[in-house]
Amino acid sequence: MKKFRKFKGIVAPLDRANVDTDAIIPKQFLKSIKRSGFGQNLFDEWRYLDYGEPGKDMSLRRLNPDFILNQPRYQGAGILVTRDNFGCGSSREHAPWALQDYGFDVIIAPGFADIFYNNCFKIGLLPIILDTSVIDRLIGDALAINGYRLEVDLDAQTVTALSGEVYRFDVDPFRRHCLLNGLDEIGLTLQHADKIRKFEANRRNDQPWLFLQQGRGGL
Amino acid sequence: MKTLYDKLWNDHIVHSESDDPNGMVILYIDRHLVHEVTSPQAFESLKLAGRKPWRTDSILAVADHNVPTTDRSKGIRDPVSRLQIETLDQNCEEFAITEFKMNDERQGIVHVIGPEQGATLPGMTVVCGDSHTSTHGAFGCLAFGIGTSEVEHVLATQCLVARKSKTMLVRVEGDLPPGITAKDIALAVIGEIGTAGGTGYAIEFAGSAIRSLSMEGRMTLCNMAIEAGARAGMVGVDEVTISYIKGRPFAPQGDLWDRAVARWRTLISDEGAIFDRMVELKATDIKPQVTWGTSPEMVASVDGYVPDPAEISDPTKRNDIEHALQYMGLKPKMPIQEISLDKIFIGSCTNSRIEDLRAAADVIKGKQIAPNIKLALVVPGSGLVKSMAEKEGLDKVFLSAGFEWREPGCSMCLAMNDDRLLPGERCASTSNRNFEGRQGPGGRTHLVSPAMAAAAAIAGHFVDIRSFSVK
Repeated sequence: MKKFRKFKGIVAPLDRANVDTDAIIPKQFLKSIKRSGFGQNLFDEWRYLDYGEPGKDMSLRRLNPDFILNQPRYQGAGILVTRDNFGCGSSREHAPWALQDYGFDVIIAPGFADIFYNNCFKIGLLPIILDTSVIDRLIGDALAINGYRLEVDLDAQTVTALSGEVYRFDVDPFRRHCLLNGLDEIGLTLQHADKIRKFEANRRNDQPWLFLQQGRGGL
Repeated sequence: MKTLYDKLWNDHIVHSESDDPNGMVILYIDRHLVHEVTSPQAFESLKLAGRKPWRTDSILAVADHNVPTTDRSKGIRDPVSRLQIETLDQNCEEFAITEFKMNDERQGIVHVIGPEQGATLPGMTVVCGDSHTSTHGAFGCLAFGIGTSEVEHVLATQCLVARKSKTMLVRVEGDLPPGITAKDIALAVIGEIGTAGGTGYAIEFAGSAIRSLSMEGRMTLCNMAIEAGARAGMVGVDEVTISYIKGRPFAPQGDLWDRAVARWRTLISDEGAIFDRMVELKATDIKPQVTWGTSPEMVASVDGYVPDPAEISDPTKRNDIEHALQYMGLKPKMPIQEISLDKIFIGSCTNSRIEDLRAAADVIKGKQIAPNIKLALVVPGSGLVKSMAEKEGLDKVFLSAGFEWREPGCSMCLAMNDDRLLPGERCASTSNRNFEGRQGPGGRTHLVSPAMAAAAAIAGHFVDIRSFSVK
């Protein structure tokens, strides 16, 4: 995973609450067995006027001019500011994959769905929780000011506006450490392999029924 | 005094990353359920890193999301879906993982087959790359959905790095009125606390109305915990739990059974245990629920009305309701019972178990679906549910009423296979999500219980199951 320290980017506002994972990346694109290439279908049903399917020639797709991300001023946006409960619904990691592949490095909202929030950290996409009053202001500014940018500093846990205002955010220290250093979490866990083996052996001894295979009940 | 969640959490801590009791821990995973959609990238990364699954006997795999529900003898027509299922087959063969293949009678929706096989047992941690893994919490276990990176993490280490949730007790006391089901409780709870109400929490469902539910009902309820924002839902162990498990293929037998049961009986919240949040509902207040919008919290009683956004003061909420009514093609203040339907879907990991099919069949017996219903589908949750239903003659009840009787899978809950709504079509569905496009692009979903969906199929519009004739 790549390291995340500071990021400065154009802000795109998505002024909707409860944006679900089906909206972020519709299910027909989940048939892919790859991890990449989902960005072109991010928010597919909102972003395009025609129905998208895997393998469809993207140059023939008709963009929905009313959808916020299609406006010229938000091209190249790296920060999405949105409303509460973003990423609700399914556990599909394809949703953060699509956001990242599209070009977002940071998502800012008053709240995120648990699984989505967790998935973001695993791939180096930073979800930031800020108060609704701050979100109101950020969305307002991103709509009003052309080329509106924010600077995010994970080390300092701050979001800084061009006007100089600084908003602090909380993040779990372990997750922050992993992101700052681009650590492989599986590798970290495997450093405790002996402990896992010991735990497992005790468990097998105390509760052997948790280790049964089908048709071998009772052993 | 501990909550059930505390007990389950503490019993699985391998290592704490910090001294903070609410900090990150390495949590041991007992059961890993795997399906075709969220696992291929996990297996691929695992192999690229030169790693192997830590404990293959903890894994049970099945293809469910993409499988056709029509004749399967010729395989899968869609090459993209076919490749995904073949990839699962290959990964399971390569690592000798138990998999129920598409034409195995035990195949079905992952959250139906786990409990059906006894592969879900009290006291376990159960994970799956699917948000509806919360279903398994009905058995007094800690079960939650994970993303693909975490699927790989569990494959490689048998553990997850996780942080403890807050706890919420949802207590429903009293006798459920006739016609009111677990689905109505779930939707009523979501209507009460909202789809983000459970964010950051694990929910335990308790109270006399919950105790009176069958395991099927409890699974429906825990399944929908994620729609309230809670990653995990759970119900404490009692006789209902224990008698459901007895004799199932993965369940212990003989002396081991007795030892297991003694331990399982401790899997309840202690009297006086403290929860971070309490929500109480009276069973007698719960009416049949119907969603009218594009989020499960957009729900009303069947005797209610579509809301009027003009009456909502919060601008974000008003905006959401306006969007939803426009998408759903509904007018403010319209009575729910005047909403007419095009399609009916009875199935999904929420409501495709034998009890659900019996409830729906009871309603339609001897009747015909209304002329305006273009398609009414019954998709059993597993091959075993299907054959049990056929032994009881339920297939004939559905078929003679004009329903189609299909092969098991996720089907039109998320429309990854050919079963889907066309733009503008309106469906009474026993599934769990009414998001935009969930059942097909432009499709309009109303979530209801199986009996309510069945009654709507006969009437052609929503009707109150409490006064609908079931003669």
